[in-house]
Amino acid sequence: MSDTPKAGAIDSPATLYAIAYEIETDAVERYKLLAEQMETHNNVELTRIFLDLARAEGLHAEEIRRMSGGLGVDAPHAAAAAWRSESPESADLGMAHYLMTPRDALLMALAAEERALAFYTGLTSGTTDTSVKKLAETFAEEEFEHVELCRRLLRRYPLPADAAGAADAGDPDPPFAVD
Amino acid sequence: MSATAPLACKPGDYKSETKPIWCPGCGDYHVLMSLTRAMATLGLPPEQIAVISGIGCSSRIPAYTSCYGFHGVHGRSLPLAAGLKIVRPDLAVIVASGDGDGYSIGGNHFLHACRRNVDLTYLVMDNHIYGMTKGQPSPTTEPDFDTALTPGGSGVRPFNPLVIALASGANFVARAYSGNPLETANLIVEAVRHPGFSFIEILSPCVTYRPDQRAWKDLVHSAPVEATDDAARAARRLMTDDGFNLGVLFRGNRAPYRPATDAAPCDQIELEKGFEI
Repeated sequence: MSDTPKAGAIDSPATLYAIAYEIETDAVERYKLLAEQMETHNNVELTRIFLDLARAEGLHAEEIRRMSGGLGVDAPHAAAAAWRSESPESADLGMAHYLMTPRDALLMALAAEERALAFYTGLTSGTTDTSVKKLAETFAEEEFEHVELCRRLLRRYPLPADAAGAADAGDPDPPFAVD
Repeated sequence: MSATAPLACKPGDYKSETKPIWCPGCGDYHVLMSLTRAMATLGLPPEQIAVISGIGCSSRIPAYTSCYGFHGVHGRSLPLAAGLKIVRPDLAVIVASGDGDGYSIGGNHFLHACRRNVDLTYLVMDNHIYGMTKGQPSPTTEPDFDTALTPGGSGVRPFNPLVIALASGANFVARAYSGNPLETANLIVEAVRHPGFSFIEILSPCVTYRPDQRAWKDLVHSAPVEATDDAARAARRLMTDDGFNLGVLFRGNRAPYRPATDAAPCDQIELEKGFEI
């Protein structure tokens, strides 16, 4: 999240597969972590949503593994390790809250998917390697579908009229009184 | 029979079955993630690592790892860890603390741990507040931070733990931000590998009592200069930085403390006799 990925460091489809796999497995880890947090705080609905998101990212990781053939995406990969950057698709754990709503969770997921889309889109224009560019376009299309899915799901959870402007922007658990 | 290579551990192998009970959104979740990633990168099996802590939210971390751990007395994690490292130099000893436990209650131990330079890695999860006890000001709280306990702020100047570490003799000084777990993991790896006392201040937001710290993610930035081995130069940089420079700021080359090895072996029975009343 802190560093902009450098397209020049991704010089082959093997590197891009390894990075894409790492991005997805990182997303799985974060969503599972969020599910655990919600389970601890007895937020059952959010536990289920984050587990579903983790499962979806896990399927995507498996799809990348399948697409890569025998490239060994889950083995330590020197080029991927040299690509020193926080994952663009990482959910912002700092925005979690024990009273967060499905809408908050979907907004978190949407932001992560949009960053991933921007990453792969940026890669398509930032690389001169045609095979990397083609693969980046495939991943960008996939992320675009995820963005659209999040947006569709968000329509099921509109901002409550009585919470307009509060839940998305401020303290989700405001105090009843201030000393 | 052919020799078999040891299986490499993955980050998840360093997590225990105990689920963290920090507040959702707490930066310490990221620190745990960074720590387990660092352990996997170091390639050490869990039984070759000890995680020692004191008291506070951050000090819960040993229970969440599968390594050896000790949840010690408030502020006393460093002498405990130093003792362990001296008698078990084969272990990688990582000490976890917070700004209250490490800089206030354990402040004196902090100075002397830096001075002794035992080969430890000290991670302080700094959120500028006592979170576990509901938001009292800590040694790094801003003087004007207004709370019910300190209306209008404590008015007390916060200290700069990195400068104090340098002045006291720490051999490796770095600052990290919990929200950058990959970068933090890399810093932990480097700190563990660096000989002597390695100190990493990890800015780790308390979203419950300091929700304003969510803004840290937009304030942190990589240190604009390379690390130096000149403590005075590093201290000058730190005295004038904005508190959000990340990365290794000082790499010293002082030899770590090692106990004299020519001392006579201690006989436990004789030792116990010495304590008889």
